[in-house]
Parts: sequence; structure tokens; C-alpha cells
Amino acid sequence: MPEQYYPVLLALGISIALGVVILIASYLLALFVGNQRGGLIKRTTVESGMPLMDISHKRISVAFFLVAIDFIVFDLEAAFLYPWSLILRDHGWQLFWAVMVFIFLILVGYAYVWLKGGLDLSLPARERGPVRLQL
Amino acid sequence: MNPELVATLVKYAVMFAVFINVAPIMVWVERRGAGLIQDRPGPNRVGPFGLFQPLADALKFMFKEDVTPTLVDKPLYLLAPVLALMPAFTTLVLIPFGPEITVAGWSGPLVVTNADTGVLLFLAISSLGVYSLVMAGYASNNKFSLLGAIRASAQLISYELALTISVLAVLIPVNSFRLTDVVAYQQAHHIWNCIPQILGCLVFLIAAFAETNRLPFDLPEAESELIAGFHTEYGAMRFALFFQGEYSNMAALSALGATLFFGGWSLPFIHYPNNLLGGVLGLLTLVAKIAIAMAVFVWVRWTFPRFRYDQLMRLGWKFLLPLSIVNLILVAAMTLAGWL
Repeated sequence: MPEQYYPVLLALGISIALGVVILIASYLLALFVGNQRGGLIKRTTVESGMPLMDISHKRISVAFFLVAIDFIVFDLEAAFLYPWSLILRDHGWQLFWAVMVFIFLILVGYAYVWLKGGLDLSLPARERGPVRLQL
Repeated sequence: MNPELVATLVKYAVMFAVFINVAPIMVWVERRGAGLIQDRPGPNRVGPFGLFQPLADALKFMFKEDVTPTLVDKPLYLLAPVLALMPAFTTLVLIPFGPEITVAGWSGPLVVTNADTGVLLFLAISSLGVYSLVMAGYASNNKFSLLGAIRASAQLISYELALTISVLAVLIPVNSFRLTDVVAYQQAHHIWNCIPQILGCLVFLIAAFAETNRLPFDLPEAESELIAGFHTEYGAMRFALFFQGEYSNMAALSALGATLFFGGWSLPFIHYPNNLLGGVLGLLTLVAKIAIAMAVFVWVRWTFPRFRYDQLMRLGWKFLLPLSIVNLILVAAMTLAGWL
């Protein structure tokens, strides 16, 4: 039934329109009523008072990419569990144990990531260099 | 006009009015609350008890100079604050705020749309909020903004897992994704979900703080390290939109938490009449629950110090995620054993 999602689309449109209207209104107000002085220094990048020395988009710690990959794996797990939650009551313990096997397999992967240090963002863990799996 | 359309628009207008007023009220509550907790007056000059302070702030935001730094990526830089309001003001259509009522020949549940995939859609839309932060951080072309945005996205996706799984556990005994059914379930059992599912409720609470970037998890902003995080380069109304987005998101997550764990618009053992009065009482109950949750947000903000970033990620991945899975298994087993 797609009708029940039309209000969601409506709300999406209104919320975006709200943001656009507020931004345009404040721009026009500031243009005609406010005091627009501008200036070269005012339009530079904030660097806490220091002159801008180099590029802003520097290399980022690989830990953040690891977090993103972990997220995809475990979020897919959660996505698989959603339909399960809806039919669990009707199918009883058999379905419960089937999904326990699934969760166990995911937990094996989770334990592997944990032991590899994939969940650690702290400096000591990274300074240890390539982390070996220690069981 | 079609009565269904009119009803939808009226219901949307009611929820919109609630959510649009959250930010101005919260500005006052937050600053007075900070004053109360830190033993100082807080803003008390504009109007009685400083009540007109939000008005003064809004006027100041409106008349401030709109500075656009030279180095920014302009389209994305302007799009980010527009999208900041989007998740909260879209998800509000899924929150039930009253019983099924009959008014002027129209009858139906007091929720803008009673979608079959309610909770799933709520989580999907609210997690789109991260785009606004990442866009702002990337487009600002400032290393502090970028760091704030990267931290924000890593934090949001980490805590989203625990949040998603703790919400999932609530749905197992209910057997439906509709938020109206979650409320009806709690009404039928005369008990709030937070009592049998105390573990899930705690996980949801902690994850909600992280999802809304509030202290003790406000690492994306962390003013002592990152100036102001992803909105360093924003001023005037553009900053105000991020500000309002944050408070609206808090209200949306509070409403979801109230509905899932604290009975939503209903109170145990009390049945609201199925007419306009019942609808108004339901709305007031929901607003009161949101207000209590927001007061807790303020209370926690001025009580706890900020986490360190690696501690934050450790808490999310090594504590909350396993806890939420344990909660899920417990709730599933309890449901099948017939306890829930």
C-alpha cells in the first residue's frame, strides 16, 4: 500500500522547504536590514587565529574506515534480524534456535575483529604495529 | 477536500507545532538548567525569568551577517544546514500521539501515517541525519570541521547498531512494526516495556545520547579540541539551523523512546475517551514524556564530563553492542516462554 507513505514524502518535502525558507529569509533580512560589512579576513577559514598554512583535507586515520566496514557487516546482521522478529511468535523455538546459530556465526566474526584490534581506536593499540591474533 | 487528506494535514500540523517549539523552549531550559546546576542565575534579563531569551537569540541570528568563507564548497556548504532539520521533521509523522478518535465524521488513529514499516522507517530516516554533518564538515574545508564530521559519522554508525538491536527487541513480543501497535501492546499488558526490558531500555538511552551528539558523547563538537566541530565555519541562521536540528532530533528520539519503552501517549490503567478530549489528553501525555526526557538530556549534559574518543568507541562496540544482543536473545526467549 503506497498511500501510507505519501505523508512521509510530504513531511520530507516540508522539512526541506522549511530549511530553504529559513535560509533565504535570513539572507534577505541580513541583506536589507543587517549590517553586511564583509571583508577578506572574515571570509578566511577558521584556524584559531593562526594564518592558514596548508590543505584542510588531510589523510585520516585508517581506524575510521575499519569502523565503517565493521558497521556494514553488523548492520546487515541487524537488517536480517528484523523480519525474524516479526515472525518469531508464529514459528516458535525452531526459528529461535535457527537464528541463534546465525547470531553465533556473527559473534565469531565479532570476536575475530575484537582480537585483531579492529575495534580499538586508541593510540597504544595502533603503535603496537601490525597486531597478531592472540588467542 | 477529501476528509482523509484534511485529517492527515491537521495531524501533521499538530506534531509540527510541537516539534518547531522544541528548540526555542530548550534554549531557555538548557541555559537556565545549566545555571541551576552550576549555582549561577543563567539568562535572567530578557523578560520574566529570562523567558524571552530565545526570542532575543532568534532575532540576533536573523540579523547577523551571513559570512560565507572563500574556500568552502558552496553548494554542499549551503545544503548541509537545510538537511539538518530533515530527519526530525520527517520522522514525526510516524509517532502516535493519541488513541483512535472520532471527530466530525472522521475516525482513525492519531498518527500522521500508520505505516506498516513504522519503526524501520523511523530508524532509516533518522540515520540520514549523518549526511548533514558529513556534508557540513567536508564542505567547510577546515580541518577541525572535517575531523568533527568524521568523528560524528563513526560515532553515529557505531551507536546505531546498539540502538537498532535494542529497538528490535521491543518489537518481538509486539509482533508488528507499527508504533501504534507498540503502544496498544503496552496498554493491553498494563506495563511499560521499560520494566521487563530494562536492559534494552538502558542501551537505548545511552545510544540515544550518542546519536544526538549530546554530552557526555558530544565528541563531534568537543569545543575544547575542535573549536565547534562540524559547524565551525557556520554562523547566523545557518548555525541556528544545526542548533535547531540537534534539538529536534533529541525530541524525535525522545518521542521514539517514550513510545517504545514508556507507553507513548498512554498511561497504565487509564483509558482516554475516543473523542477530541482523549486526543488532547494523549498529546499532552506524550509531550510531558518528551519534556521529561529532554530535562534528563539537560541534567546529564551538565553533570558528566566528556568521554575520550577511543573510550566512546570502546563503549559502543565492546559494551553496548554485546549487551544489546544479549537483551535481544533474552527477550526472544522470554517471549517464546510466554512471559511477555
